[in-house]
Amino acid sequence: MARRRDSSSSIARERLKLVLIHDRAGTSPSSNVMEMLRKDIVNVISKYFDVEEDDFDVEIKHSSDIQSGSAATRLTANIPIRRIKSLGPNRH
Amino acid sequence: MNNVIVVTSGKGGVGKTTTVANLGAGLAQAGKKVALIDTDIGLRNLDVVLGLENRIVYDLVDVVEGTCRLKQALIKDKRYEGLFLVPAAQTRDKMAVNPDQMKKVVAELEQEFDYILIDCPAGIEQGFKNAIAGAKSAIVVTVPEVSAVRDADRIIGLLSAAGIDDCRLLVNRMRIDMVKRGDMLALDDTLDILGIELIGVVPEDEKIIRSSNMGEPVVMNDKAPAGKAYRNITKRIMGSNVPLMDLDGEGGGLAAVFKKLLRAK
Repeated sequence: MARRRDSSSSIARERLKLVLIHDRAGTSPSSNVMEMLRKDIVNVISKYFDVEEDDFDVEIKHSSDIQSGSAATRLTANIPIRRIKSLGPNRH
Repeated sequence: MNNVIVVTSGKGGVGKTTTVANLGAGLAQAGKKVALIDTDIGLRNLDVVLGLENRIVYDLVDVVEGTCRLKQALIKDKRYEGLFLVPAAQTRDKMAVNPDQMKKVVAELEQEFDYILIDCPAGIEQGFKNAIAGAKSAIVVTVPEVSAVRDADRIIGLLSAAGIDDCRLLVNRMRIDMVKRGDMLALDDTLDILGIELIGVVPEDEKIIRSSNMGEPVVMNDKAPAGKAYRNITKRIMGSNVPLMDLDGEGGGLAAVFKKLLRAK
């Protein structure tokens, strides 16, 4: 079974994997995974920075290079910061 | 699998109705008493696939609205003693029935039938919700194409959210020659992506179209590869452990002999 990397079936397989990552993240039956993740990240980041919660973006991006057959999926977060909180031994 | 099975897919045109007709006929052939429910209200088709379109008097909507008793809407198949159809209404829409009413219809049928197969409409709206309401197991039908597998994934998620965890995958219209050339998603890839158990693979087969022209399920045809595939799936539904059929070189050819030898090891 010679299934080359550039065969239409392997392109189909890679496209499917990517589209399902998106679908499953956005339409998880119990809850919205991306929204939960966003809230968790806001909570963690807020310990150290004042952030603009309304402009806080978390998304899954993918790029696929069909020529080389490589596909990458990455989670990106775009977090506008207002200021750094003062941390250190004297904080409390 | 359980005795109340919904056949669903999300995407239209992948072979849900053909599957319901053939599995129903296969189970009846094996001596079971089987009721088929067409829930595709407004676009009914299971009656024509079975060749029973001339016998419809009452339909599913008549039953839930109390116009007739359930027994009066059950159409007896002309070939199999134990096979019955509850047809969908053709002049109404999906909102004419609700999930609670479906549960009641299924519960009543369970008193009398060994198996109840529910033919689900395409989509994820009211028709889908009605179809899965009384089901305990599901057969998710897909074809080896990106759009159909994607929709199958969505449906599996929705079934799981509705508490139907016994979901099996049926891959329809498989063309092993195209898989070998690298032009069709292989079975392993589809299973790997969807992550549910397989109930069977049905090869692409011209005899499916011929049999739907005639209104006779292909499962009756001993020579049709798709008929054999459906007979195997029928046995798996009833709990036997039938190996996947050899999709290339059914019954002959050097390759098939060689494969059998390899498997025997």
